Amino acid sequence: MPSLPSLVDHLFRHEASRLVARLTRAFGAEHLQLAEDVVQEALLTALRSWPYRGVPDDPAAWLWRVARNKALDVLRRDASWRQRAGAVARTLEPPRGGPHSGDVATLLDDELALVFLCCHPALPRDAQVALTLKTAAGFGTSEIARAFLETEPTVAQRLVRAKRKLRDQTEPFEIPAGEELAARLDSVLEVLYLVFNEGYATHRGEEPVRADLCGEALRLVELLTRLTRTAEPRVHALAALFCFQAARLPARAASPGEVLVLDEQDRSLWDRELIRRGLHHFECSARGAELTPYHLQAEIASCHALAESLEETDWARICAAYDVLLGMAPSPVVAVNRAAALVRGQGLEQGLKAMEELRTDPALQGYGPYWTAWGEMLGRAGDPVAAREALSRALVLAEGPPLRRRLEQRLRDLG
Amino acid sequence: MPRYMLLLHEAPATGPAPDLSPEDIQAVINRYKAWRQSLGARIQLGEKLKEEGGQALRREGSAGKPGKVRILDGPYTEAKEILGGFFILEAGGYDEAARLSESCPHLDFGWIQVREIEET
Repeated sequence: MPSLPSLVDHLFRHEASRLVARLTRAFGAEHLQLAEDVVQEALLTALRSWPYRGVPDDPAAWLWRVARNKALDVLRRDASWRQRAGAVARTLEPPRGGPHSGDVATLLDDELALVFLCCHPALPRDAQVALTLKTAAGFGTSEIARAFLETEPTVAQRLVRAKRKLRDQTEPFEIPAGEELAARLDSVLEVLYLVFNEGYATHRGEEPVRADLCGEALRLVELLTRLTRTAEPRVHALAALFCFQAARLPARAASPGEVLVLDEQDRSLWDRELIRRGLHHFECSARGAELTPYHLQAEIASCHALAESLEETDWARICAAYDVLLGMAPSPVVAVNRAAALVRGQGLEQGLKAMEELRTDPALQGYGPYWTAWGEMLGRAGDPVAAREALSRALVLAEGPPLRRRLEQRLRDLG
Repeated sequence: MPRYMLLLHEAPATGPAPDLSPEDIQAVINRYKAWRQSLGARIQLGEKLKEEGGQALRREGSAGKPGKVRILDGPYTEAKEILGGFFILEAGGYDEAARLSESCPHLDFGWIQVREIEET
């Protein structure tokens, strides 16, 4: 029996965001909610029709045609559009050469304008994150809530408030230009960084949803790299970082419900294609004089991604990158990672020294990974009593059963 | 091979649209797609019937004294369920037709009536 391929993964999610982008372009940024409503109607029409008639040959074109007709209905039906109806309808005309994909450049502009709108500086950070996921990435409210361990009404409230605020901005639906672009771009990158890290963090929330967060952050940052105006070196650096990190996700997924530290991962499961893409972005990130924390994090991640084993890793280069990173953006969390790298690069002694210096840092008192790393190092240094004390502290702070199980095992091993 | 008509009954879509995410919608469509693929060419046709509108025609009066035809609009407004659409399926007999229909995802949303098409 012939077996046709299933629908492209996340087709609806990605088409939803593209359709919202195109309709928001037509209606205007202040009518984001209307664009979303029209798109949801189009998706539900597909849900009612496709089970019977089968999936159309070009699903994206089908969805665009239906969404466009529904948008034209709104223009006809709603008297408040009368004055602008003609102009709006013209922007909904199918571009030459194809009903949907014909004008790739315009579509990219629209998609990116939508990302910038979602990360608008008038919105608080958590609203930027939620709106980016909902609108630019096509997540459902319940999916966002699951990913961030929040309740659905909380997320829904946040989205309503964010859209209300945007409506009052009367912002043009454009990719920011001139002097404004740099700051707005940073804001977008920070949001995508947060989204990716939320997905990448071990032991939080449900696995599949979290892998999707990484996938969407990567997709959106790569969209930014495709447009000359936004393809800044730091954008490529962030794309490289995401690629290198995401390449390791399959190794992690191979043992669901377990926390795998780097030296336990089966490196043959790392995604070579993502590593290759990461290297390409990393190369592009070196064009220009800009050196950002994203560059250094990408460099560190590249050392891991390229190493055949833990022993063959370029620890000297990793330690050097951490030193620069720490000077550029001081953070106790980065300091902990640096100390862990020092153990490999310069020996246990140096690592212990660096960790000791951090022990009274107020920011680290409630930071579990510090106490885990500290405990592991003390164990290796032959001080089981102090090691047990540190790991017990890590256990109290541990989030999620997999990590707790792991720490309990370590404590048993120490006797 | 005998042909069967599968009549798919379901609750009419009333009230606000369900809050389904794009991913949820794709998951449902993928289930139907997988079902159809498992049946290959045995499904000859599938059509969705429009939910809005619809008319019912009935001749008034009795057999001996026929009256005029009355047309009722929108027979669905009060209905608890409607005919959502249909499939034409090839099967060796009722048993096989039922067996092939059993895995149709529609059974999670409504019920299916199977009727053999009389070939002359």
